[in-house]
Amino acid sequence: MVGYIIRRVLWIVPVLFVVSVITFSLMKAAPGGPWSNGKPLSQRAIAQLDHKYGLDKPVIDQYLTWAGNMLRGDMGPSYRYPTRSVNDIVADGVGTTVHLGVMAFLLSVLVGIPLGVVAALRHNGIPDYIATFVSVLGIATPSFVISIFLLVFFSAGLHWFPTHGWRGWERPEAMVLPTIALALFPIAQIARYTRASMLEVTRKDYVRTAHSKGLKERSVVLVHMIRNALIPVVTILGPLLAFLITGSFIIETIFSVPGIGRFYVQSIGQRDYGVIMAMTMMFAVVIAVLNLVVDVLYAYIDPRIHYS
Amino acid sequence: MANTTAVLDRGKVATRRSTSLWGDAWRRLIRNRLAVVGGVVVLTFMLLALLGPIVAPFPYQQQNLTELAANDHRPISPFTAPFWLGTDHLGRDLLSRILDGAQISMTVALVVQAVVLIIGLPVGAAAAWYGGRVDTILMRMTDVVYAFPDLLFIILLNVTLRETWFGHAMDGLLLVFVAIGIVAWVGMARLVRGQLLSLKETEFVEAARAIGVSDFKIVTRHLLPNALGPMIVAVTLGIPGAILAEATLAFIGIGAHAPRASWGKLVADGQQFMVSAPHLVLIPAIFVALALLSFTFLGDGLRDALDPKLKGKQ
Repeated sequence: MVGYIIRRVLWIVPVLFVVSVITFSLMKAAPGGPWSNGKPLSQRAIAQLDHKYGLDKPVIDQYLTWAGNMLRGDMGPSYRYPTRSVNDIVADGVGTTVHLGVMAFLLSVLVGIPLGVVAALRHNGIPDYIATFVSVLGIATPSFVISIFLLVFFSAGLHWFPTHGWRGWERPEAMVLPTIALALFPIAQIARYTRASMLEVTRKDYVRTAHSKGLKERSVVLVHMIRNALIPVVTILGPLLAFLITGSFIIETIFSVPGIGRFYVQSIGQRDYGVIMAMTMMFAVVIAVLNLVVDVLYAYIDPRIHYS
Repeated sequence: MANTTAVLDRGKVATRRSTSLWGDAWRRLIRNRLAVVGGVVVLTFMLLALLGPIVAPFPYQQQNLTELAANDHRPISPFTAPFWLGTDHLGRDLLSRILDGAQISMTVALVVQAVVLIIGLPVGAAAAWYGGRVDTILMRMTDVVYAFPDLLFIILLNVTLRETWFGHAMDGLLLVFVAIGIVAWVGMARLVRGQLLSLKETEFVEAARAIGVSDFKIVTRHLLPNALGPMIVAVTLGIPGAILAEATLAFIGIGAHAPRASWGKLVADGQQFMVSAPHLVLIPAIFVALALLSFTFLGDGLRDALDPKLKGKQ
């Protein structure tokens, strides 16, 4: 087990190295450079800016400096906002993004698992059809389409919730729509997996045994079925959590939530290469770490799994 | 007399068609109502995309300024002739713009899957057939692509290359297609590899080898046709993923250059008129959702039809 974890952690290193090389070379391949946006600058001004940010050095040197700084946790300057570093920008927004992500995560677990369980217990009944409908809708509909429908009906139409103006717990009503919009895809995924997994354990011997020794339906479901059925569901929680952190940029943009995702989208429009590069790396690290944590957690929950 | 009847009967027996894999799959597919509905909608969208410029009532970029002025310069509401889906704030007919967007979405659907097959199929087949180092390199490559957040990589490619000739080709669409394809081929390569690895051990392959059939012919004549079912399913289910990726990119402002607009861009543009003219955002949003749902239903139906063992799983 320990050996497995060590090997998995070590395997992250080459993967992130390749990701960083690809990211860096793509940014360098981009024509125009970071100063081509807006008013054209004189040759001298460009040379000065290049010198200031070290862009006149050989590419290998630039990569090594950048990668070295990244390793020390210094994500470099923003070319668009000379007074702020990427660290400042991330520090400003990361709390909001994590807040939104965690709320959506809780919502999707609290809705998705019961939905899947009820659907499986009433297999081919009305709850099953509702759950299947919700999961197809959640998986096949893009988050921006869902957001638009929510906004048109609940903000523009019924005026129940504001269209924007996220201020955390100071204004809870502004958190409702972004959280629901972000959670719908994970709800669908979790419900789908839970349903399939519950249907699988229904046919198991130990469930029949539990029934035949006269246990109440309630305790068979709660103690014997759900606990075993949830094991495979844990595997998708990691990717989902990663999705909630890195995939919220659409939702943040639509609802003007001041998180790092919205800033990432803005940087794309402004060609702020420093920010795009740093954030891509940061997201890649988050995804790699979350996947690792879930794999380890999986082995911990299910003692039958041995990694070798 | 009796003899003739017997002969005729025998003739009937002889002409009764035996059930083939594809015949069975087809019967299972058309019994699945959702899949049939999905298939019909998909075909309709394909047809609309193909005939788009012909059936569109107006050129998609034409501003109908007189009609707009008559409407106090506000977007014209739907269900008013001749603008059946209304116009945007510039007086452009929404129906015509949606038909042009259909062309973009359906092209994404086909081109991306073509890229996926062109790269994924040979790579997966080579990895399975030769094994060893070729296989290891492929699997490490797929690890890296999996580690990279899909959408971020597509965005990165688009942002860095959009000012080059490549980024300008086909109104900026070629870059979008290729970027999505580069991310998506990995799944196909893994699928083909897995399928071929298990087929490689079968007796008919051994027999083919024994009589001296060449490697290339074994792979193309014996292995791939047998792996065709799962590949068709993967392609069909990959289409909504590609359409979704394109729509999301367009929504954040990456993709087709104005005045062309894909459905995602139409939704993004319509967002500012959400209160005054909700049709500008609702109608394209419905089209996106409809296209994705139809492809998903068709893909699910194909999976159940081609591989009944998998039904209910995945």
